[in-house]
Amino acid sequence: MGVKRADGFVLLVNPIACDGYGHCAELAPDLVRLDEWGYPVLRREPVALADLAARDSARYAVRGCPRQALRIERVATGR
Amino acid sequence: MIADDALPRVLHGASGRPLTLVQHGEAFGPFGPTPSLDELEASGLTGHGGAGFPTWRKAKLIRDQRGHAKFVVVNAMEGEPAAHKDRTLLGANPHLVLDGAEYLADVVGASRIAVCVSRDNPATINHLQRAIHERGRRNRRRTIIELHTPPWRYVAGEESALVHWLDDNESLPQYRPLRPHVLRIGNAPTLVDNAETCAHVGLIARYGASWFRRLGTESSPGSALVSISGAVSRPCVLEVAFATPLRTILARAGADPDPRAVLLGGYGGTWLDAKHLDTPYENEALAPLGASVGAGVIIVLPKSGCGVVETQRITRWMANESARQCGPCAFGLPALAEDLARLAYDARDATAAYARLLDRCDAIEGRGACRHPDGVVRLVRSALETFADHVHDHARGLRCAASHSARHVTAVPSLERETELVWE
Repeated sequence: MGVKRADGFVLLVNPIACDGYGHCAELAPDLVRLDEWGYPVLRREPVALADLAARDSARYAVRGCPRQALRIERVATGR
Repeated sequence: MIADDALPRVLHGASGRPLTLVQHGEAFGPFGPTPSLDELEASGLTGHGGAGFPTWRKAKLIRDQRGHAKFVVVNAMEGEPAAHKDRTLLGANPHLVLDGAEYLADVVGASRIAVCVSRDNPATINHLQRAIHERGRRNRRRTIIELHTPPWRYVAGEESALVHWLDDNESLPQYRPLRPHVLRIGNAPTLVDNAETCAHVGLIARYGASWFRRLGTESSPGSALVSISGAVSRPCVLEVAFATPLRTILARAGADPDPRAVLLGGYGGTWLDAKHLDTPYENEALAPLGASVGAGVIIVLPKSGCGVVETQRITRWMANESARQCGPCAFGLPALAEDLARLAYDARDATAAYARLLDRCDAIEGRGACRHPDGVVRLVRSALETFADHVHDHARGLRCAASHSARHVTAVPSLERETELVWE
């Protein structure tokens, strides 16, 4: 069993850094929704790297976060 | 030497006063050679602080880190208000804990040991100061043992918060995106183990892994300290072999023979219906019931008590103990406490509150930097399940007698004002 190449990504939030500005939910509505207190709930299942539109919106969310609390983590989806 | 299947083990020789170094040597025999990591692995020892993680795997992770300035942290913070095991242990055999810490320091190659006791616990601080001073004269390993006294907060004993305090004087949990995560003081890789875990290491080093396995089961070998309170005639700390039936443990503490439920693990634990009291006290048997031994806390709820009221009291306190770093914890836990209060005391709004509770549990779980919110969610969910019939009565606006009473079985500390919470 070799090391699988990353073919997907997930968006991760540092919950300590996050102050609930909510920009991410505007910039990446497919990946992020807000809970009743305005903090982001991120989609947990990985998104294919081939999904360029999702990748773009994830990048916007990362760049648009005033607290720099988001990052993109590449993962192997194992498919 | 302690006989194979004799109990107590870590409380062996306890006399009401801490054993001196000489008495300790007489009771437990001479300091043995440092156990190898394999010996620790063969013993199957898992952590006694709550998470139950295999001790050897943590030790291996730190041993494999580069650098020679490493730390071993002995966690005796005991943030659980219902837990008394660490202070009981340190008040009986402080040297056994320090032995274990020195062994672990040798295993991972650490040169310094930091023993952490909350500053609200002066008796234990006293015992430790004396014990460390005694060892200073004959410390054959030249390991530096320091005593630290962080503030008493529920989350201050969480390992990343403890290391944060040692590193930077703030008892706040840290964000660890990747697990396993190597905690560091400055740049020094740091091994954090519960005080009771250290005491077991001290015994394994002397008597070996096969001796250790004479009690307990394959997956939970050895013995454990249990703090029992609530509807019992003798609230106490007992040492029991893993896999002892819960009913037997409760009988030893003089518990109500026909309780309604028990809270297992602590304030972030699970309610277990009384019909499960014949379950062996060990994680493998408790796991199908959604429970675990956690930090070794058992609180007995009598038939006259109300699980909703007790859960509300605990949740409100736990919400106040949030470090308020993460939104879902800072806002979600007070919301849970508020819903539970409606359910317990407010007949008009109980139905709506009940409907909100489960959704909010789902919304909070897994979204904090530490496991504090997850523990509260576990407690609330288990209460809704274990007391389902009673919860439905409350949800229909039928308050029980216990919710009108001011008598409670959980000795929840009084709430401190947010501005008065000390974190450093």
